[in-house]
Amino acid sequence: MITNKKPRSSDTDSIYMKDDRTEMSEDDDRSPSPNSITHDSRPTRTYTTGSGPGTGPGSSSVPEYLAPCPDQVLENVLENVLLFLTSRKDRNAASLVCRSWYRVEALTRSDLFIGNCYAVSPKRATSRFTRIRSVTLKGRPRFADFNLMPPNWGAHLAPWVSAMALTYPWLEKVHLKRMSVTDDDLALLAESFSGFKELVLVCCDGFGTSGLAIVASRCRQLKVLDLIESEVSDDDVDWISYFPDTGTCLESLIFDCVECPIDFDALERLVANSPSLKKLRLNRHVSMGQLHRLMAQAPRLTHLGTGSFSPSEDVGQGEQGPDYVSAFAACKSIVCLSGFREIIPDYLPAINPVCANLTSLNFSYANVSAEHLKPIISNCHKLQIFWVLDSICDEGLQAVAATCKELRELRVFPFEAREDIEGPVSEVGLQAVSEGCRKLQSILYFCQRMTNAAVVAMSKNCPDLVVFRLCIMGRHRPDHVTGEPMDEGFGAIVMNCKKLTRLAVSGLLTDRAFAYIGKYGKIVRTLSVAFAGDSDMGLKYVLEGCPRLQKLEIRDSPFGDAALLSGLHHYYNMRFLWMSACNLSNQGCQQIAQALPRLVVEVIKHEDNLDMDENVDTLYMYRSLEGPRDDVPRFVSIL
Amino acid sequence: MERSMAYERDLNLKATELRLGLPGSDEPEKPSTTPSVRSNKRASPEISEESRSKGSSCVSSKVESGERDSAPPAKEQVVGWPPIRSYRKNCLRAKKNDQVDGAGMYVKVSVDGAPYLRKIDLKVYKSYPELLETLENMFKLTIGEYSEKEGYNGSDFAPTYEDKDGDWMLVGDVPWDMFISSCKRLRIMKGSEARGLSC
Repeated sequence: MITNKKPRSSDTDSIYMKDDRTEMSEDDDRSPSPNSITHDSRPTRTYTTGSGPGTGPGSSSVPEYLAPCPDQVLENVLENVLLFLTSRKDRNAASLVCRSWYRVEALTRSDLFIGNCYAVSPKRATSRFTRIRSVTLKGRPRFADFNLMPPNWGAHLAPWVSAMALTYPWLEKVHLKRMSVTDDDLALLAESFSGFKELVLVCCDGFGTSGLAIVASRCRQLKVLDLIESEVSDDDVDWISYFPDTGTCLESLIFDCVECPIDFDALERLVANSPSLKKLRLNRHVSMGQLHRLMAQAPRLTHLGTGSFSPSEDVGQGEQGPDYVSAFAACKSIVCLSGFREIIPDYLPAINPVCANLTSLNFSYANVSAEHLKPIISNCHKLQIFWVLDSICDEGLQAVAATCKELRELRVFPFEAREDIEGPVSEVGLQAVSEGCRKLQSILYFCQRMTNAAVVAMSKNCPDLVVFRLCIMGRHRPDHVTGEPMDEGFGAIVMNCKKLTRLAVSGLLTDRAFAYIGKYGKIVRTLSVAFAGDSDMGLKYVLEGCPRLQKLEIRDSPFGDAALLSGLHHYYNMRFLWMSACNLSNQGCQQIAQALPRLVVEVIKHEDNLDMDENVDTLYMYRSLEGPRDDVPRFVSIL
Repeated sequence: MERSMAYERDLNLKATELRLGLPGSDEPEKPSTTPSVRSNKRASPEISEESRSKGSSCVSSKVESGERDSAPPAKEQVVGWPPIRSYRKNCLRAKKNDQVDGAGMYVKVSVDGAPYLRKIDLKVYKSYPELLETLENMFKLTIGEYSEKEGYNGSDFAPTYEDKDGDWMLVGDVPWDMFISSCKRLRIMKGSEARGLSC
């Protein structure tokens, strides 16, 4: 019964929320989440159960029910024990022990995590795991966010929701990232799951306010409706008014990305009727006056997205405007603030009463200067997460460094995302942050100029770094003081930051940088490369040196077929590989496809270049149990 | 190399082209660009900008933001670089279009009875008194003192502006920043109309 295979620790992410998060991280209660568990889709798993390649895992279940009693008792005990296993890694390991454990684990798993919606089919997943309450699905690769993929590539929710409608009547939670979701999908979801509680859509598209209206009206148990950086089409439906008038159990309503105006009266009624509401993030069509009224209805909010943070235009200077400071003072529980979509900086001091308690602050849509920021940030001693625009300049970052000693995550976005301008933040800001915020774990920093020295300093000052993403916006830009490539800086990061699992590199980089990554980046799981490297050796270093690598995305770098082939030993352990505008040929990709039958090798052409020439525009490949998908658009060919 | 230079000329034309599409929306034609790219694969990184046009990076290389129509781009914009999600880019672009930017914020100024209009750069001023003083000097008139209750006292003139909604508002009621972001043009009213505002 017991196979000889050691349970390999899952190569997939242990907890999805810590990886690739676009939304602000929630406070302690979210991470580590007890409910995020993966369905490990490594193709080799079908072999470990001894069923052979032809049969699926489900086929072995029938004979087991005829097993004699003692085994049944054992299974019952096992079931009760395995119920306590929550982490994906543990569950995947347990399922490899033997068939009995495999089956019982499948029965007791309640959270299904699918890191790549094409790695496994809905049918296979729903056959194996029959008692799922929560599903997490991720679709498109990340580089699709930057228009590097033509639209309509895939990642449709439809087949999943159809399958789940049949097999998971008790489904409560659906978390989607980069999936295409239609209004029909939302309708089916709303109709099929009577106890549905939580819908989180991150970077999704394909649906509109009519779909939201259906969810609002049908899902009577809905606690969470979070729309984060998703594209929502305006169907002229007042979706907010579709929530029941009698009251809701809403705990979280996040719709700051919804670009359509909403009916404020309906929203005010909704907030008044939702006594459990803790998280509310408004879109930019909500003015300050309206915000004030909502805050009066919901003083127990913990997370607030402030909408536009500017008055509607008919408020004159002379009028006695509402007392915003008191409004914020009354909301004593606020720990997370965001929004400020159209901020009038004069009003910023209104948030002062809550600054001392803030753990998370998102100014990344607010064009505030250092001068505006300083009085606010000087009160934010507990701040752990800070997202901001580079309009605060190095000076603003220095102020952050001076006060925010507890800072764990910093993201500095560019107000002007161009390559040919001076840029308000630089190595000065980075250095200051590294000196002031020693507990930093995650940083995303866009800048126009940088030095190796500052990056090295950060590598030494911030040993807890898990995520280091530096984007020097000028392509191939060297250290602007020494003129050297940025190799040494990134080398120091991988060398000194022993906990680093995610890295994004930029600036002028030679193969040397990749040699460093291959040598020291032993636990790196996600690597993003753009406009870097000299030759195939760069990619080879990484593929040969980084055993934990799962997600590799590369664009516009001179890596060719030889480099691609050097990773054959590793591709089954990866979630995906993306290479666009590199030196790959069809022949090279074909070789990979032939050598690794369980890999789906997609060659994506740009729509104006559909003739088969030898050069590959974009390669996107991933392991899958299903082989080529059947919803391939015409610009994708699967080798 | 000629193809990519032709492409660059193309791009410059595109940058200054008047069209009804939203700024940054996909350029409709990309045919001449891709074939030239194939021959430009380089073995070593080059810093020069011309060879940047390669692979998917030059296909539908769009002018990233509307405000750049006034000057040819110093470097060609590359698709998906810097890696900012379009949602974020669109939000910030809207902000930039609304408010003052590097190119200045010129609005037309008309004065009742004057034969032609003038243009001023609102960005240059930090407050209402500065602006009004300039207007007084420019048109050789007196505007008077602002008061909340009575508008502009002591003269025949009243400065007004057209806001985003198309309404004509008295200059001075709202905070300066808000005025800057909503003012589309200025009109200095004269005579009985103006007096009507100040009673």
